[in-house]
Amino acid sequence: MSLTAADVAEIMRLVEQSGFDELTLEMEGTKISLRRGVGTATPPAAVAAGSPAAAVTAPAKPVPVAAPAAATVDPGLQDLPSPLLGTFYRSPKPGAPPFVEVGTEVQEDTIIGIIEVMKLMNTVRAGVRGTVAEILVADGTLAEFGEILMRVRKSG
Amino acid sequence: MRRILIANRGEIAARIIRTCRTLNIETVLAASVADLDSVPARMADRTVCIGPARPTESYLKVETIVHAARATRSDAIHPGYGFLSERAALARLCESSGVIFIGPTAAQIDAVGDKLRARAEAEAAQVPVVPGCAVAAPDEALAAARRIGVPLLVKAVGGGGGRGMKRVDALEQLPAILELAAAEAGAAFGDARVYLERYIASGRHVEVQVLGDGEGEVIHLGERDCSTQRRYQKLVEETPAPGLSPALRAALHAAAVRFARRLAYRGAGTVEFLVDREREQFYFLEMNARIQVEHPVTEAVTGVDLVAEQIAIAGGAGLRHAQDNIRAEGCAIECRINAEDPLDDFRPSPGVVTAVTWPVQEGIRVDTHIATGSRVPPYYDSLMAKIIAHAPDRSGAVSRLRQAIAATHISGVHSNLGFQSRVLADAEFAAGGFDTGFVARLLER
Repeated sequence: MSLTAADVAEIMRLVEQSGFDELTLEMEGTKISLRRGVGTATPPAAVAAGSPAAAVTAPAKPVPVAAPAAATVDPGLQDLPSPLLGTFYRSPKPGAPPFVEVGTEVQEDTIIGIIEVMKLMNTVRAGVRGTVAEILVADGTLAEFGEILMRVRKSG
Repeated sequence: MRRILIANRGEIAARIIRTCRTLNIETVLAASVADLDSVPARMADRTVCIGPARPTESYLKVETIVHAARATRSDAIHPGYGFLSERAALARLCESSGVIFIGPTAAQIDAVGDKLRARAEAEAAQVPVVPGCAVAAPDEALAAARRIGVPLLVKAVGGGGGRGMKRVDALEQLPAILELAAAEAGAAFGDARVYLERYIASGRHVEVQVLGDGEGEVIHLGERDCSTQRRYQKLVEETPAPGLSPALRAALHAAAVRFARRLAYRGAGTVEFLVDREREQFYFLEMNARIQVEHPVTEAVTGVDLVAEQIAIAGGAGLRHAQDNIRAEGCAIECRINAEDPLDDFRPSPGVVTAVTWPVQEGIRVDTHIATGSRVPPYYDSLMAKIIAHAPDRSGAVSRLRQAIAATHISGVHSNLGFQSRVLADAEFAAGGFDTGFVARLLER
């Protein structure tokens, strides 16, 4: 097994999403060390442990995105979960401006994005009135069922 | 193959992940909301939530599963058993989307899923089928029923595994039962076609495990006796099938291989037969185009990891074992441990498992996804574990299994542990070689 540039990008993405700050990966003639810019107290020891091949994925399993832990505690904010698993698109077509940005005011029926499942486009509506406060899923990436796409500050 | 998406849950998901780990293959578990905190979800390298608990909104969504595989850059999908494992639509979408389907081709799934087509393939492969035929017009059916004789079974073309069958004891019942069976089959399987088959009063359920490379090469890994059934639900499975004459055993193996070869079958499959105890004759029932629940007994005696072979075949490695190199050693018996209440007509008993102890003993394997604190959701089947005993001979395996069950404790949900102890302690079970009426007789004793 050898690593491609895409693999390295994927590893970096996994580290980014994980709670770890440092990753050392050694396998068949390749050694990669990744370190985040900011130092914290998180011990990196667990990363190096275990078999090298098993460390290809981030060793700590990411917290399930749909878990209540990810839910907001601010009562004025409303989570907008993904109604299905698919690829999240923020704009109607490549290059077009996004349906909404942070700060955009939305009504219940405002389209906030598209979830694509095997070329089938499903529009996602806000379902709530307010202002987009946060956008949590990047354009063109996988949104799981229940994963919070955006948070809206409710109005009225 | 570097990464496999597992489109299943429960013990089989955990079992597939174990083999993937030994093969250094990463796993992505496609899980419903109800299974996000399950043991397989913790074992998998990554878990993606595919939908709500209800299977029709998660585990049965073909497009969602394939999209999840592509989006997670998985090379292949392992469907396990049940759910989408025998849906040609999943295999077909994989084929057109550049995702490897760990299983047979869509065309092969279609061929064995249509029970009339499968019967025709069996006949063409010189594999005996139960006397019977398709029915079209009612008067034609009556003539056919006269030829076959009563009692007979009306079976759904799209059925299988004991589903979609009705027994006819007298010819005058036939028209009404045919009409009802067709309506039910249409509703349950989306295919209202039915056919007639002679009812074999005293039959054993014996099935043969096969592996095919998809190019016409097929080997078998011996048979399993699954006659311990309650309402067509298997409870205990064992290999070898006790008391078969060497000639009958060899004929069963050869018939299964002929059938799978005719289809140029790819992957792991099981050819099921009904063995007529009185006539020492056997008949083709159906082929299951997937890994079976009871596959571990075959693994125990042959030492072959069937999931690893499925993955190897799907990856293009072909058959890694020659028929001559398959040796079965000793006897293996599997008990299914279900969350159900035998005292309340085996009603499913979902809930939280507040404490569980699984046996750790020589010659015992436990395939499970249940640990203390695990939930048994009400949306899925009630299988909690399979306990498999392997010993040099049958009585040794029975005794190991009885000890293992005695050492198993489950609190929080009802289980059939006590019932399984009773099965294993029964004199008829000890003798072996009984027909599928055994459990009904046991329940009346």
